Amino acid sequence: MKHVGYFHPALRVIHWLMAAAIVAMLFIGVAMVATVSSLHSLLVTIHKPLGLMILVLVVVRLWLRFTTVTPALPSTIPAWQRGMAHLSHWALYAMMLIQPLIGWGMLSAAGVPIALGGKWLLPPILPVNNDWYAILRPLHTLVALMLFITVLLHLAAALFHALVLRDGVFASMSGSRRR
Amino acid sequence: MIPTPLSTGQKTLRLLLIGLVPLVILVLFLWAGGWLTPERLTSDKLVSVLQQAGGEHPGYRRNHAKGICVIGTFASNGNASALSRAALFAPGDTPVTGRFAIAGGNPSAPDYAVPVRSMALAFQQKDGEQWRTGMNAMPLFPVATPEGFYALQTATLPDPATGKPDPQKLGAFVEKYPEFKAFLAWAKQYVPSSSWASDRFNSLNAFRFIDKTGAAHLVRWSMVPHAAYQAISAADKNNKDFLQQDLQQRLNQGPLEWDLVITVAQPGDDGSNATKVWPADRQTINAGTLVLTRAVPQQQGPCNDINYDPLILPDGIAASDDPLLNARSAAYAKSYNLRTHEQAQQTGTHL
Repeated sequence: MKHVGYFHPALRVIHWLMAAAIVAMLFIGVAMVATVSSLHSLLVTIHKPLGLMILVLVVVRLWLRFTTVTPALPSTIPAWQRGMAHLSHWALYAMMLIQPLIGWGMLSAAGVPIALGGKWLLPPILPVNNDWYAILRPLHTLVALMLFITVLLHLAAALFHALVLRDGVFASMSGSRRR
Repeated sequence: MIPTPLSTGQKTLRLLLIGLVPLVILVLFLWAGGWLTPERLTSDKLVSVLQQAGGEHPGYRRNHAKGICVIGTFASNGNASALSRAALFAPGDTPVTGRFAIAGGNPSAPDYAVPVRSMALAFQQKDGEQWRTGMNAMPLFPVATPEGFYALQTATLPDPATGKPDPQKLGAFVEKYPEFKAFLAWAKQYVPSSSWASDRFNSLNAFRFIDKTGAAHLVRWSMVPHAAYQAISAADKNNKDFLQQDLQQRLNQGPLEWDLVITVAQPGDDGSNATKVWPADRQTINAGTLVLTRAVPQQQGPCNDINYDPLILPDGIAASDDPLLNARSAAYAKSYNLRTHEQAQQTGTHL
């Protein structure tokens, strides 16, 4: 098997694009449900197309993740930490994939047209149904909070690799090959 | 390449930084959600004060809790299509799912006790877009801002000692929000009608109609009844559900009709203040007729699970800068989330 030091360039671009989009999305979500100011409708308007963008990006990303060679973790990392690293990554992928689908599903169940701007609408993926909405709406909040906490842990771990261990793990996602 | 080892001081500093970055993000997140600023008005606070006023009634709307579903059609005559490119204003019929209600959070309040009534409508366009609107049978809103609405609800909460609102608190409220005086003056002389069918329902908030060229027109609208006004009777005052019974009886005899009348602002008219009525000489356009044919109790009815969010608008209708619109949208969503969850719990389907 080929050994590489870095993630595929396209994966690195998508990673940082999604990092920005997801952090923005989590802040937009929590702010838009709380505020009664004119920010409310502005944030709601951004939330839907941005959610769709994240969904598209995560599908492309998973495809790339399965079809490209990824860098191995350094051998200096203990087994339990490797386990944690893999678990958190797959948890992140799962949440990034499922969260936009929950949002899409809950709006479908609420019977609300999912406007992407102008006359563009997303088709519903569930029939109008209160019971589905009642399950998906709180789930959307729960997954958002879990995603937020996992992102913070992921960030702390990445910074730990970058600033303290300096073992090339952070560079495998951030870096370009040094000549 | 093996990095040079860090000194203990360097390592401590870097660990602190690693802890600090997620902590700062967490604090910002809590701030964005309103948890660090308890004095800031949020949708949660609006809904809880309504709940305090009307009592807790799981599975019901937090305001306008008592109502009935209606089904019908909007027959557009095409007159408004010059002002708005929304599909429902082209000549033709659009199906409508509506709801009549009385204000307040108590689903078993006697109809007579609540003079303010509402009509909410969801127009389902063929292209999948919807127009949802909640209108009230009063000519102006009591307050201009969400903060004013919150203050009004707080000031009119019953005093635990007397069971009635504290007149001192109400006085302090009027002093701070003098715009309320116009509503008081209207309420004093207002005699409620004997029927939802003869009420005129007004959008109160202004909106913008967008025409085919993309130009915006500031408007308000009203549903003007075909049925003649009849003042509330002595018998009505003793019948808890006279509005629902009257509606059912009328619909048994035939459909009920309203004209959708659009009022167009002139330059200088204020679209951001729902306490200010525009002068009576403003141009009006009759956009078509709402024909309601059937009523269904709300618990089993199709309107029960509809959130009549005034910001669910089709292309061709847009919000104005009236600050109440965003607050209504945010608070309705909160109320909708609560009651759908409670309804699912009541039927045993829940998370």
